[in-house]
Amino acid sequence: MILDSLHSAFLLLVSWDAEMIEIVAVSLRVSCASTLVAALVGVPSGVVIALNRFPGKRLCLTVLNTLLALPTVVIGLLVYSFISRRGVFGPLELLYTQKAIIIGQVILIIPVVTTLTIAAISRIDRRYRRTALTLGATSVQMGWVILKEARFGVMAAVIAAFGRVIAEVGISMMLGGNAKGFTRTMTTAMALEYDKGEFVLAIALGAILLTFAFSINLMFHFLQGRIRGDDV
Amino acid sequence: MRVTLWAALAGLIMMTSVAVTAAADEVITMSTTTSTQASGLLDILLPQFTEASGIEVKVVAKGTGAAIRDGMDGNVDVIFVHAREREEQFVAEGYGTKRYAVMHNDFVIVGPADDPAGVRGSGDVQEAMKRIADHSALFVSRGDDSGTHTKEQQIWRLSGVPTEEVGTEIVKGGTPVTLSFVVPADSEGWYRSIGQGMGKVLTFADEMGAYTLTDRGTFIKYKYGIDPPISLEIVNEGAPELANPYGVIPVNPEKFPHVKYDQADTFARWLVSEQAQQLIGSYRLEGKQLFFPDAIAQ
Repeated sequence: MILDSLHSAFLLLVSWDAEMIEIVAVSLRVSCASTLVAALVGVPSGVVIALNRFPGKRLCLTVLNTLLALPTVVIGLLVYSFISRRGVFGPLELLYTQKAIIIGQVILIIPVVTTLTIAAISRIDRRYRRTALTLGATSVQMGWVILKEARFGVMAAVIAAFGRVIAEVGISMMLGGNAKGFTRTMTTAMALEYDKGEFVLAIALGAILLTFAFSINLMFHFLQGRIRGDDV
Repeated sequence: MRVTLWAALAGLIMMTSVAVTAAADEVITMSTTTSTQASGLLDILLPQFTEASGIEVKVVAKGTGAAIRDGMDGNVDVIFVHAREREEQFVAEGYGTKRYAVMHNDFVIVGPADDPAGVRGSGDVQEAMKRIADHSALFVSRGDDSGTHTKEQQIWRLSGVPTEEVGTEIVKGGTPVTLSFVVPADSEGWYRSIGQGMGKVLTFADEMGAYTLTDRGTFIKYKYGIDPPISLEIVNEGAPELANPYGVIPVNPEKFPHVKYDQADTFARWLVSEQAQQLIGSYRLEGKQLFFPDAIAQ
């Protein structure tokens, strides 16, 4: 079965199957959008939390770490109850759209980006901070310097978050509804093929997902390599 | 190198956004049961409808219970399901405008080829269920509030096998209500409620050597349409209690002013039109007819 699946995956990729392309496009678009939004929120929050001392910081970290364990089904239900027609945001017509999936996924990975950013920043030598401060940097300037220093760790945080959303199925299924041509992603398509008993096609889609995830990570890897090369 | 890669990344994102925004002008959302989608029928019907009307149908496939729920919450424009009494109640309570009878197929009881409970030759379906219960033979239930699950509970009640209600107490609108299901009494040892779609129930029953109730369409698909096929066989069929009618209902615009009623009604009317009915009647999977049109004489 595995060999059949790999063969089918290869055929789908080589023939550039229109339906497959659409599914892959939906997946990539949704995952890129939610990663981008989560990074815009999560990275600055991570920097602020890591660099400042404030009452309740420990509690805040504990809460963030707990949120890492939030099941996708819980997020799905929570968002569903808000954007269902009967919910507070019902009139916005969000349910069963790509936007709905993005909202759910952003909630899923903001804790991932934030905690990993905090970890990356905390690893940076304290002397950088002091030096920056003695040179008269404002807190924003200092944050920027530290962030630049911690960029590999932060990049890793964003990549981890991207991996989490592109592999996620619960939120996409509940909020997107697996509507063909609209909200069918690679993972919900796999779940459907499994439901239909088409295991070969399901695994083939899995192989394609890994291929795309691999190429995107490879791209990030080269980007990182280039940046590092410039500096040395 | 760096610039090229960034450009490639940006290009990728752009390409994906363009690919997705190219859709038809008018789109309605339909909640339907997994059987219409998994059987492949919608793949035949919907492109023809879009061609005839310019309206595209966005399909969300769930169990019948969840699909009706979507209609009652106004989350979709039209529902296409199979649980007649609940559909009529849906219309009577004002959530839907009218039920159009589209087609039917039937339910069958399937079980392992060696038929440990001796269900073959049991005649009516009541006797079949009784034999399964008497032998404490493994039985797999959808357990997901779907149309098939509704039918299964009806049949247990009819069969004369002692049943019991298992329920969970929850609070709705401030008042406590009980969500309850009928199961055969004292069946912990042999009754498995797995809360999954029809396909998963069939593969599960096949692995366990169990009996289950299934719609004929999904069974044919799993018996003849996939590789490797399941080894379950039909052990009881044909009783009038096993009829499985499908209906389509546009969601009522008086209840939910935002629904696209005109387009939804166009779709419902098209499903009972000559063209659609003929497509339904001539749809074959592995050489077998899955659905029988109800709106025109065949």
